[in-house]
Amino acid sequence: MSQTRAEAENEAENAENAGNKTGPATGAEAETKTGTDAEIGEQDWRGVAAEDQDELSEQVSFLLRSRSRRLLGDLLRPYRREIILLVAVIVLSNVAALSIPYLIKVGIDSGIPPMLAGKEPTTLVTVVAVILTAAITQAVTRMVFLRMAGRIGQNILLELRRRVFDHFQKLSLSFHDNYTSGRVVSRLTSDIDAISEMLQSGFDGLVTAVLTLVGTAVLLLVLDVPLGLVALLPLPILLLFTRWFRRQSSLIYRRTRETVALVIVHFVESMTGMRAVQAFRREPRNQAIFSQLNVDYRDANKQSMQLIAVFMPGVKLIGNVTIAVVLFYGGWRHIDGHIEIGVLAAFLLYLRQFYEPMQEISQFYNTFQSAGAALEKLSGVLEERPEVAEPRDPVALERPRGEVRFEAVEFSYLDGTPVLPRMELTVPAGQTVALVGTTGAGKTTLAKLVARFYDPVAGRVLLDGVDLRDLGEDTLRKAVVLVTQENFLFSGSVADNILFGRPGSTMAEVVEAARSIGAHDFISALPEGYDTSVGKHGGRLSAGQRQLVAFARAFLADPAILILDEATSSLDVSSERLVQRAMQTILADRTALIIAHRLSTVEIADRVLVMDGGRIVEDGPPDRLIADAGRFAGLHRAWLDSISEHQGMPD
Amino acid sequence: MNSLWRMKSYLRPYAVRLILIWLPSLGAVGIGIVIPLVGKEIIDGPVARGDTGALLPLSLLALALGVLEALFVLLRRWFLADAVLGLETSIRDDLYQHLQRLPMSFHGSWQSGQLLSRATTDLSTIRRFLGFGLLFLVLITLQIITVTWLLLQMYWPLGLLVVASVVPVLVTSLNFERQYITISRRVQDQQGDLATVVEESAAGIRTIKAYGRRRYVFGTFDEGALKVYETSMEKVRLSARFFTFLEVIPNITLALVLLLGALAVGSGSLTTGSLVAFTTLMLQLVWPISALGFILTMGQEAMTAADRVMEVLDTEPEIVGGTGVIENPRGHLRFEGAEFRFPGAAEPVLRDVWLEVRPGETVAIVGATGSGKTTLTALVPRLYDVSAGRVTIDGHDVRDLSLPALRSMVATAFEEPTLFSMSVRENLTLGRHDATEEEIAEAVRIAQAGFVHRLPWGLETRIGEQGMSLSGGQRQRLALARAVLSRPRILVLDDTLSALDVETEALVEEALRHVLRDATGIVVAHRASTVLLADKVALLLDGTIAHVGHHHELLASVPEYRALLSSDPDIEEAVR
Repeated sequence: MSQTRAEAENEAENAENAGNKTGPATGAEAETKTGTDAEIGEQDWRGVAAEDQDELSEQVSFLLRSRSRRLLGDLLRPYRREIILLVAVIVLSNVAALSIPYLIKVGIDSGIPPMLAGKEPTTLVTVVAVILTAAITQAVTRMVFLRMAGRIGQNILLELRRRVFDHFQKLSLSFHDNYTSGRVVSRLTSDIDAISEMLQSGFDGLVTAVLTLVGTAVLLLVLDVPLGLVALLPLPILLLFTRWFRRQSSLIYRRTRETVALVIVHFVESMTGMRAVQAFRREPRNQAIFSQLNVDYRDANKQSMQLIAVFMPGVKLIGNVTIAVVLFYGGWRHIDGHIEIGVLAAFLLYLRQFYEPMQEISQFYNTFQSAGAALEKLSGVLEERPEVAEPRDPVALERPRGEVRFEAVEFSYLDGTPVLPRMELTVPAGQTVALVGTTGAGKTTLAKLVARFYDPVAGRVLLDGVDLRDLGEDTLRKAVVLVTQENFLFSGSVADNILFGRPGSTMAEVVEAARSIGAHDFISALPEGYDTSVGKHGGRLSAGQRQLVAFARAFLADPAILILDEATSSLDVSSERLVQRAMQTILADRTALIIAHRLSTVEIADRVLVMDGGRIVEDGPPDRLIADAGRFAGLHRAWLDSISEHQGMPD
Repeated sequence: MNSLWRMKSYLRPYAVRLILIWLPSLGAVGIGIVIPLVGKEIIDGPVARGDTGALLPLSLLALALGVLEALFVLLRRWFLADAVLGLETSIRDDLYQHLQRLPMSFHGSWQSGQLLSRATTDLSTIRRFLGFGLLFLVLITLQIITVTWLLLQMYWPLGLLVVASVVPVLVTSLNFERQYITISRRVQDQQGDLATVVEESAAGIRTIKAYGRRRYVFGTFDEGALKVYETSMEKVRLSARFFTFLEVIPNITLALVLLLGALAVGSGSLTTGSLVAFTTLMLQLVWPISALGFILTMGQEAMTAADRVMEVLDTEPEIVGGTGVIENPRGHLRFEGAEFRFPGAAEPVLRDVWLEVRPGETVAIVGATGSGKTTLTALVPRLYDVSAGRVTIDGHDVRDLSLPALRSMVATAFEEPTLFSMSVRENLTLGRHDATEEEIAEAVRIAQAGFVHRLPWGLETRIGEQGMSLSGGQRQRLALARAVLSRPRILVLDDTLSALDVETEALVEEALRHVLRDATGIVVAHRASTVLLADKVALLLDGTIAHVGHHHELLASVPEYRALLSSDPDIEEAVR
């Protein structure tokens, strides 16, 4: 079962990867609708999306960009010596393999005549012994090659996986915001797989094919120059033919991937969204779309199969014609006494070996192409530098008190839209601050700056007087924890997820954390209590339960500064109340920043900041602000109305 | 075998072609065997005798045969592509159609990944076997038998030697394939596990950063990566052994053939031409024999795949529509002793639910998390069926109505809205593809979803996972617009406003009041503000409707209701 899942995930991953590349049109194209609009028209339903950044505009050939070459060199460097040895071994192996038909020629030409003359078969026995030696040499060297190449390949893969994964983890959130998790997954699965695929099948095949090709050509000429030239005559045609195939094949290969990606995306979304599909009687239109996608996929597949249907026999044809010509010309030359009969036999054996690798090389072409593209993307990722960088000389912070200060802080997003124009703010240690304001007022930005998810464009954010940029990751994260409404849960047990706040805590501490925020009751009621698996993304828990677990996790982490961004939005009223009450004790001795749409939070705050357009427009204790009848007082009244309408009405 | 055999009907449209394909296929194999024999004739005949005149016709024969062989291969491949792809495509279409008919209870117990692997990997496996494996299985068997027979005919001691060398290759390749598949599956599993770690580390990057757990997560990843590494190394070693073996046996046989053959030529029992033909033919056997193991395994895989596909296709849909249609429905909804339990569950989720919602009336359903509110609403459009009792609309049991008729009367805005990777327009018109621009604009206005006009390409912007990502509140408003747009008699709002901020919520509610005046409404609510959209409230307790009344009545008289909806912290104490 899990095998299926893995497979499906793989396919879906591929799909996602390919799917990324299938944006039907860029904005400009969609608006002008020129050229190939027939096809776009058929896919109106897909809508328009920004062109994917993964798309490589130029064809990736064997010549990689310099950054990919650097990465490749870097990965191969530790294996320099082994690679030299590897080359020696594979050359030896191929020499042994190629010598066998030649030895058979020697056997026929020099071994048989003495016997026909009634002498001892000494020559023959010698030749056979040499053939056996060659066969064993070939076997041994080949074994060595396959194992060595396999080991080096797997080591490189492991190193690449580690590097890319770690690098993604180091990159800043601003990078992840744009890059999306789907593309991270694609890099670490389908791209790595493409390289793995090449290392496993392509590499060995290519090396053997090239060596066989060159070796055979040389041998044919050594055996007999005129006959060898005749046998090699079709080679240019073969090369041209192969080039044509390669070009066609990469076009079709891409189409196949694109079409299958669309089939998979539509299929998966239909299945996961089946509730909406059935509730809205979507089935007929879904079927029409699916059938069209299915037909497109079939056509792409058909093209690919037909291309191979032409190519394979084409190579065979060239080979067969060559054999016929060699039979004729070789026979002629034998009759004229230029060559022995064994030469002819060797030619027939060599020609068989000569054309087969050609078919292989072409088959591997796609493998190389995608591995090259994958390497380009991976080297691109590895070149990204984290914007929120680790300090060179981190400042130690033994016992953070939790005082936060904003000094002339400015922040704007990449496109230049200012979010915080210029902020001055001091939150003394231990204070609980509620941030209030409409969507887009800059509350979340402020919170993220304190957690150093981003760095300010200008000014400084200070923790106990130290610039956040001077604090090492470990120090900072121990002092500041941000809980958002996302409250991501990892697959594993409930206890695992709480432990994430402070790995190494005892079970008693975990239970204590859960108890203190009121999550203990529901956790104990789960089938296996704290050991209950939460499922993918915590799917087995309700949104409210997930939030409670996330709270317990944050509480276990025991930071000096706790930031809650909409962290209670999914709780129902009674759980929210429970959490509120717990927070009064939890937050007593730490600094807290709380953002909530629903103003219930305000009740536990020492201080309220009302934000608008990135500025703090009101600042003070809640009671005073309510009394001031300003903006906050208005919001507060509206909120009271929303929860208590009719409530006070006497029966 | 049975499942695979049942798929033959999909090949019927291609029957003639499939029969004709055997001609070129057999022809190509035959010629492949004959060409070396022509070589033998040339060497033993004209070449041995020095007869230049006879050389040309025989060479031309070899040429003609060579051309013909290539042509046959072309024909076989070209025509087979059509048939097997046709088979794959039709099964996939049927599978999709069938899956759309299967009810939510089915989809709840099957992961989409499992279904996907049936629609893609399994069907490809079947296609590859039927399109390549099966044909080759027959051809290869024929080829092996013919060539062996020929070799035995030419010089039986050598023939026997070749036959003897076939056996170990065949056994080893079968063995190898079996081990290889096991090990490949293990690699796939481990890669799947690793992909899960990657996926979570990417999706949960904010949480990881928030707690500074980079090294911890790397440790988990590294553990998985090392497992993949170990297993891959095992795979490398296995392949290395096998491929080496595969090459060494023919070479050794070749050496022995030369030794014995040359001795035979010396003693006059074999001609030189025969010896050359013999070596060529023998080498021809290497690939088919090693491929035999591969193809047999492939056949096994295809049968398993066919079983898995058929397992889905054989599942009967439990929810099938009736024939009834209500002309001019009013939307009078009644739950009459409705019970619901998940298949195999001991306890019902809902039991003995009685509730009446008159045309134009709106009822709020209130209950604790997990009390079955969503399930209750899903019974109306028959996403699930009651296990006892019934649900009626205008006096008709919903099970008597045709599904399209029923579902066009009911529209639901789900709490977790499903958006497809399509344009905004397509997502909005999910239930009504023929909606006009005005109707769309109106639905967008009611749901306060005006933000769609400000998206880069307006209504044509692709959203969903493959497109623009929207916030929770935006998604909910789209889901609401979608439900409103289908102009249902019965509108179900399943806690649709939970992710909206207070101001937007107020605006949406205001606009919704007008819509709900004309339709029968069911509103699942967590907050007092939403409850106030309704004319009356039904409180769901212990799987049944315990109280029905007005909000303030319930608030005053039912402590459980107060606990759920009141914001006054002291009330809870009173309940306990």
